[in-house]
Amino acid sequence: MSTLHDPIALVYHEARLLDEQRFDEWYALYTDDALYWVPLTRGQPDGLLHTSLLYEDKLLLKIRVERFKSPHAFAQQPRSHGQHVLQAPQVDSVDAVTGLTVLRTPFFYMESQRDESVLLSGVAWHHLLPTASGLRIRMKKVELVNCDAALPSIQLFP
Amino acid sequence: MDKYRNQPDAVQALVREDQVHRDVYLSPEVFALEMEHLWRNTWIYVGHDSQVPTSGDFYTTTVATQPVILLRGEDAVVRVLMNRCAHKGAQLVSAPSGQCEGHLLRCPYHGWTYRLDGSVRSIPQKSGYDGTAFADSTAAQGVVVLQNIKNYRGFVFVRLAQSGPSFEEYFGDSLSSIDNMVDRAPGGRLEVAGGTLRYLHDCNWKMFIENLNDTMHPMVAHEAAAGTAKKLWAGQPDTMPKPMAVEQFLPFVNGYAFFEGMGVKLWENGHSYSGVKFSIHSQYAAEGEYETLMEQAYGAERARAILGEVRHNTVYYPSLTIKGAIQAIRIARPIAHDKTLIESVTFRLVGAPDHLLERTVLYTRLINAPTSVVGHDDRHCYRAMQQGLATDGNEWVSLHRNHDPVEREGMAGVYNGLSEVSMRGQFRAWARFMQPLKPTGESV
Repeated sequence: MSTLHDPIALVYHEARLLDEQRFDEWYALYTDDALYWVPLTRGQPDGLLHTSLLYEDKLLLKIRVERFKSPHAFAQQPRSHGQHVLQAPQVDSVDAVTGLTVLRTPFFYMESQRDESVLLSGVAWHHLLPTASGLRIRMKKVELVNCDAALPSIQLFP
Repeated sequence: MDKYRNQPDAVQALVREDQVHRDVYLSPEVFALEMEHLWRNTWIYVGHDSQVPTSGDFYTTTVATQPVILLRGEDAVVRVLMNRCAHKGAQLVSAPSGQCEGHLLRCPYHGWTYRLDGSVRSIPQKSGYDGTAFADSTAAQGVVVLQNIKNYRGFVFVRLAQSGPSFEEYFGDSLSSIDNMVDRAPGGRLEVAGGTLRYLHDCNWKMFIENLNDTMHPMVAHEAAAGTAKKLWAGQPDTMPKPMAVEQFLPFVNGYAFFEGMGVKLWENGHSYSGVKFSIHSQYAAEGEYETLMEQAYGAERARAILGEVRHNTVYYPSLTIKGAIQAIRIARPIAHDKTLIESVTFRLVGAPDHLLERTVLYTRLINAPTSVVGHDDRHCYRAMQQGLATDGNEWVSLHRNHDPVEREGMAGVYNGLSEVSMRGQFRAWARFMQPLKPTGESV
């Protein structure tokens, strides 16, 4: 199966695109109605009436990706670099009707900007939807183990 | 050798009318003196009484780097206690918030227990103190309860120093900004809701506070963030309703004329707000259902007056900044001369539709979170100052913009929105409260 048809391969591929900063290709992995959610608290039921670290639709994701291209994104001087280290993704559920596949992937993520680095860890939940051109990410929910810590800037995508 | 301790003249010389010396940001010694004087002599924000809604509820934080407990007593009164066992000093409460088990504070080390008013309830094997001077010691008096406390419409402040200006003297008419935020609730009160963001800054606390009424930076520092949002939205027809996120981002790249026209209002003691005539929050979409509820609660005229105030940030110097129009506050919790925790807390307007909280939560996430593209560029600039100021050749920070010597006579008033007058006002208060005060609050 190609990357865009094998759910587990897609999870690895997504992390690779992020870490190699191939943001346009990464952005294209998401459905138009996608959501990238990093809750602020454990078991947070909602992202609309409770603050999250990220609760981004495609427009907000696009603003981030395009901002990186601006010479005036001063906080990106020098550039940040991220590295995901994934535990093997497991298929958590598959919806028999829609084909929506949910995967659970424990991970470590380090984001570094010269002398400052931040280490995040947790579980990523990918909700993948079959489309005419292969699987796409409908939602990625990243539950951080250190979501309640006082955090420095997190500039890329955990 | 100490450069500033016990040398009040050297401390005063750090502040000129239109410039400040870099040591106000760079010196660990000045930071220690700030915590001993400025942050003790003035009224510091602790928390909101809705964070401890029922008797026995606690919320922990710091005041001037000292751990404290906001606690609601058996009598429903909210108190602030030093978070220290009277015995050997262990923090009594370590969780950020919760309910005291059995309505007692119990030390995790030797099991001393205290009532919710701080008094000692029990000490294990107490007979061991018989025949000692314990009864006359400070320990026997229990947990230190701060005596100078004010719960102003839910906002709880303390003054650590025994004497000094009263709460009302200190804040004066600046309390109108808190009033406006509370009045925006059809039910007449606020409740903390939506979680607390904790964003660690590697800069001096004053850089953050000064920035809140710095209207010369958004169009530069936030060009990449808000400018990108503007560019991405540019192709849309006028009839297309703006998503809330776009509505919130766009004003950050308004031009100088906009921010100049906003105006900045100053009170004595370092308090100020920008957005006297209008602000970056003026052009949000109408909230029809909410406005109707406001009219029902207050009458049409009063409701219009309340909602017509769209102040940008109000600075309650030195610890609190609020954004009444969007029901979000930011609190500076200094840690060291070059380290500050910024907490962002959001509120529900009691009696308002959920959509208002949704707007608040979106704003605080987009602008104040450790993941905020706006926050990233602000923090980058603060750190750049913290590092750049270490250079020799120019030890002074310029605050000359729109300076007028008439400010010497008193600073309260409305000024050009681009003026650095709010920072000059803050440093005037800084110099005043960095010295011992007479009981009346006047400088000795």
